[in-house]
Amino acid sequence: MTTVADFSIGYVRILDPNGELQAEAPAFARDPEELLRMYRMMTLARAFDAKAVNLQRTGQLGTYAPCLGHEATHVGVGAAMRAEDVLAPVYREIGTQMWRGVTMREILVYWGGDERGNDFAVPRGDFAWCVPIATQTLHAAGAAMAFKIKREPRCAVAYIGDGGTSEGAFYEAMNLAGARALPVVFVVVNNGWAISVPVAAQTAAKTLAQKAIAAGIPGIQVDGNDVLAVREVVGRALEAARGGAGPCLIEALTYRLSDHTTADDASRYRPPGEVREAWLLEPLLRLRRHVEKAGIWDEERERELGLDCARRIDSAVADYLATPPQNTDAMFDHLYARLPRHLIEQRDTARRFATKPGGH
Amino acid sequence: MVEAIAMAHGWEMQQDDAVVVIGQDVGQNGGVFRATLGLRERFGADRVQDTPLAEATIAGMAVGMATHGLKPVAEIQFMGFLYPALDQIVNHMSRMRHRTRGRLHCPVVMRMPHGGGIHAPEHHSESMETILCHVPGIRVVCPSSPARAYGLLLAAIRDPDPVMFLEPARLYRAVRQDVDDDGRALPLDQAFTLREGDDLSIVTWGAMTAESLRAAAELEGEGISAEVIDLATLSPLDGATILASVAKTGRLLIVHEAARNVGVGAEVAALVAEHGLFDLLAPIRRVAGFDTVMPLYKLEQDYIPSVRRIVDAARSTLAD
Repeated sequence: MTTVADFSIGYVRILDPNGELQAEAPAFARDPEELLRMYRMMTLARAFDAKAVNLQRTGQLGTYAPCLGHEATHVGVGAAMRAEDVLAPVYREIGTQMWRGVTMREILVYWGGDERGNDFAVPRGDFAWCVPIATQTLHAAGAAMAFKIKREPRCAVAYIGDGGTSEGAFYEAMNLAGARALPVVFVVVNNGWAISVPVAAQTAAKTLAQKAIAAGIPGIQVDGNDVLAVREVVGRALEAARGGAGPCLIEALTYRLSDHTTADDASRYRPPGEVREAWLLEPLLRLRRHVEKAGIWDEERERELGLDCARRIDSAVADYLATPPQNTDAMFDHLYARLPRHLIEQRDTARRFATKPGGH
Repeated sequence: MVEAIAMAHGWEMQQDDAVVVIGQDVGQNGGVFRATLGLRERFGADRVQDTPLAEATIAGMAVGMATHGLKPVAEIQFMGFLYPALDQIVNHMSRMRHRTRGRLHCPVVMRMPHGGGIHAPEHHSESMETILCHVPGIRVVCPSSPARAYGLLLAAIRDPDPVMFLEPARLYRAVRQDVDDDGRALPLDQAFTLREGDDLSIVTWGAMTAESLRAAAELEGEGISAEVIDLATLSPLDGATILASVAKTGRLLIVHEAARNVGVGAEVAALVAEHGLFDLLAPIRRVAGFDTVMPLYKLEQDYIPSVRRIVDAARSTLAD
């Protein structure tokens, strides 16, 4: 027998859990303002996330998928992308979305059961949250195909979870992207759990990054709790893709510190010791230690940031709660560019029987 | 008819750089039925792309391309292979405009051969329009002649919303007709009254249109004047044309190749029952495919409604 193919999967970490550099800092990480910009966004994402869960618990928001523990991956990806790139999110990546301009009010409007939350004022070209697992990876590949055909130097980024990598659409998207050298980067957020199913029960593959190998594209792992490593690895992949080198699969290793959604109770299936250990590696603490050691952050600044986040979140929540509801016409608006005749009749029926006063 | 389809592609690709053709074997091979023949030579490999052999890929990439400035015309090689693409069509393509409040939308045409009668292997002869007609946010169109295939395909490509374009496979080669390559589209959402009559309305679409017209000619010899309506757009239905015809004739016969159970014919019947019951002089009748698996080709002519079955049902309706 001769070996006809061989592969290895690399792993990148720049910042260790104590906030010490264990590799050379990339240029952006030597810029204090950039470091603090990422730290502030990670802090805002975490505070907003806690508020959203709280709103759900008090009946002011629908089911919500928290991002607790994912802040480094989400902000790292957002910071690596250019404004003109396109994001195809799953439903948890608010750190990336907020970095790109999606507002906290829009996020709350969507999870509050109103499609207008998907009508981002910025960025207009990003896909909305995607609930059917893995389907969004093909949208990113298709958008990348459009950029390639139109010769626009833009890239698409698709998120997917560890469970999502079992879906056919994920393999199909990597396969298409590889076969056509499309400018797209797939980011697998491996947070250990697909609701109640751990990665080990999901696949016999040692890494999820190696799923790229079958598609003929590079796959790499990154410490998903290290925002410097995520931004660096995703940034390099995007610039390679933009330059025509084709797609890449990046597996970010992190941990879902929360329940899957507010409708889930992770204590039913997850050992508490595992969660306690995961907290020791969580991403905010690591970056805070780093900026404190660098002498650009302290307790007073942290306190100010906390107050600022709270102010901004309160203002977004107030805007959300003050958003007048859509009336029943919203079910029919935007269904087609021109509404077919039978739907005009149904729209009238919905108006007549609207359940809420002023529901039309 | 297949030349008319290729011609419509060519016209619109010439007019609009955003139109791109994707699908299995649509490039060098010009499609297994040759519906995209010559397009790659004219417009290049970027705009006429062979995709990997994966239907979810075709529909999913069409969503991504359409939301970012292109107008993909995607070929599914046979309707029996549509199912992996349904996730993308139902969950994304059909509702992108709605769920983003118009921010993103999907000007996509999904073309696919429809129906039997060409002695094809298993899974190549199904008529599954009902599945698609149940989905809000898309249109389902089924042409019945080369001229309507040309005009309706142009309309489908120009429409800003997704259109499922079902091409009766046995009309590809069987029906020949001179079609002017003049870029003139036919209206969507509108039925075509192909033959006027006073005694009976026959509502049909796709390949059954030709059988229905033959049946109408035979009925004329018996002194029965049948009106034949080709629905052309199956969703949304042109209710006004159907109801006006039934108001005139008082009798309705629905003919379709797809299985009878929950077929589009049931929706037509319900429409007339709801809005035209008192115009009816006799019960509504349906002639349809049986509620069985589409048989292999030795029996397909016994599955597909024949002129004889249509004439027989028409006579019964007149006798009621």
